[in-house]
Amino acid sequence: MNVSAVLDRGRIAPPLDARTRFLRMTERNVVGYVRHWPLLVSGVFEPLLYLLSIGIGVGALVGDVAYAGRTVPYETFVASGMLATAAMNGAVFDTTFNFFIRLKYAKLYDAVLATPLEPRDVALGEVTWALLRGAFYSTAFLVTMALLGMAESWWSLAALPVTVLIGAAFASVGLAGSTFMRSFLDFDFINLAITPMFLFSATFFPLSEYPDGIAWVVRLTPLYQGVALCRALTTGEVELGLLVHVAYLAAMVAVGVAVAGRRIDALLRR
Amino acid sequence: MTRAVLRALERELLVFARTWRGSAFSAFVQPILFLAAMGLGLGGLVDEGVGAGGQLDYLEFVAPGLLAAHALMATAGEALWGVMGGVKWMGQFSGMVATPMTPGDVYGGLVLSAGVRAGLAAVAFLVVAAVLGGVASLWAPLAVVAAVLLAMVTTAGLAAWSVRRQDDLTFSLIMRLGVIPLFLFSGTFFPVEQLPDVLEPVVVLSPLWHGVEVARDATTGAIDGWTAVHAAVLVALVLVVLPIGMRGFERRLTP
Repeated sequence: MNVSAVLDRGRIAPPLDARTRFLRMTERNVVGYVRHWPLLVSGVFEPLLYLLSIGIGVGALVGDVAYAGRTVPYETFVASGMLATAAMNGAVFDTTFNFFIRLKYAKLYDAVLATPLEPRDVALGEVTWALLRGAFYSTAFLVTMALLGMAESWWSLAALPVTVLIGAAFASVGLAGSTFMRSFLDFDFINLAITPMFLFSATFFPLSEYPDGIAWVVRLTPLYQGVALCRALTTGEVELGLLVHVAYLAAMVAVGVAVAGRRIDALLRR
Repeated sequence: MTRAVLRALERELLVFARTWRGSAFSAFVQPILFLAAMGLGLGGLVDEGVGAGGQLDYLEFVAPGLLAAHALMATAGEALWGVMGGVKWMGQFSGMVATPMTPGDVYGGLVLSAGVRAGLAAVAFLVVAAVLGGVASLWAPLAVVAAVLLAMVTTAGLAAWSVRRQDDLTFSLIMRLGVIPLFLFSGTFFPVEQLPDVLEPVVVLSPLWHGVEVARDATTGAIDGWTAVHAAVLVALVLVVLPIGMRGFERRLTP
């Protein structure tokens, strides 16, 4: 009996298309999370609660801040920072902690690799899922911003693809970083990178609050690129120079994917 | 709880002494970064703007808030996932109750060690806050009491929940819909008087708010009868929750 005859009788699974089979990995996550939907939906609230507390609560103490040669209400200013930060946090969390738990403790990928899926499909599928999830959260956040009057321009719509780009940049670098993690103790290094960026990337207060030298250091950090983009788009202060930030984030994707791609194969087949 | 609770405490502190470097950043450095960002950076905007009311700089206002909030945030995860780990994933609690320690001792040891660790973090935080100019009174060391009590309430309560669960599915929900709202709306970053009128009375239900009040009275030197009332609320909460947790640990861990 030849192979196609066996296939016809449905005894073994048909071969998967090598280009799209990573979607099976994504599908696995979709199915799993839909089953635990409160977990998925509750992720919407965290950035919104920050927006209400820092944006509106502390915003009432601040009033307006100077931005792009005019003043904007503090809550509008900080909302764009939260939008970019939430995109970063989600992507990093999914590709570091979650990835590591699945790799080392849940042994999920051992099971996945017993199917026709390859290590590359695992990486692509997980990143795709992180981006889908991030896009869902960013949409919810942008809609809330619009409802609260914090989206001042139609350019805000372009902030959605930008958050996906931020997610892709941090997801690919995060995944590359995870492959170097030895144990959970190493994850404090991730906090070490994320927390200062979260707090100091002009997220909560403008660059003008820093001494000049430090302001330049901030301008070079990864999250600052995302914050600057989101802020320009949601306030409508769009200019050509923003493409520099896009290029920076795109370069992170390229480097992260290259490193992760090389290492993940060895890691998963070990 | 028997006297062996001290052995359980010893065990937790021994583990902490050997592994503290792994959590040094989140335990000690992270709250100080928050203080720098919120107190100095954001504080610059607040003080130029409307201000936090009264004669307080924003740095002086937010420092005790962050001190208390850190005691909640840093212990919550440990109480939820840590206890699930001790019961189920790594199972060291089973080993502990195979000695003269009772399940209640194991629980008591966790609660006490959370207090000790939060106290250490609070002392480090206070020193830095004082150097940055966020502490205005010599009563400030009393704020450490607020951190210790908050850590004990948090651990007692969340461990009592965790020990009754079979899996950790609810834990993220508790963090996102319970702990983080407390962190953000308990007078940590802005005065509770700014909350919508319907929500303002609800804040008395927040243990963190009581802790923030104690800490803020201490660091600003505004100690009065209310400070004692807030501290008493926290002590009462610990005493109410402890028996609930004890029962949970006994049911789960008695061989």
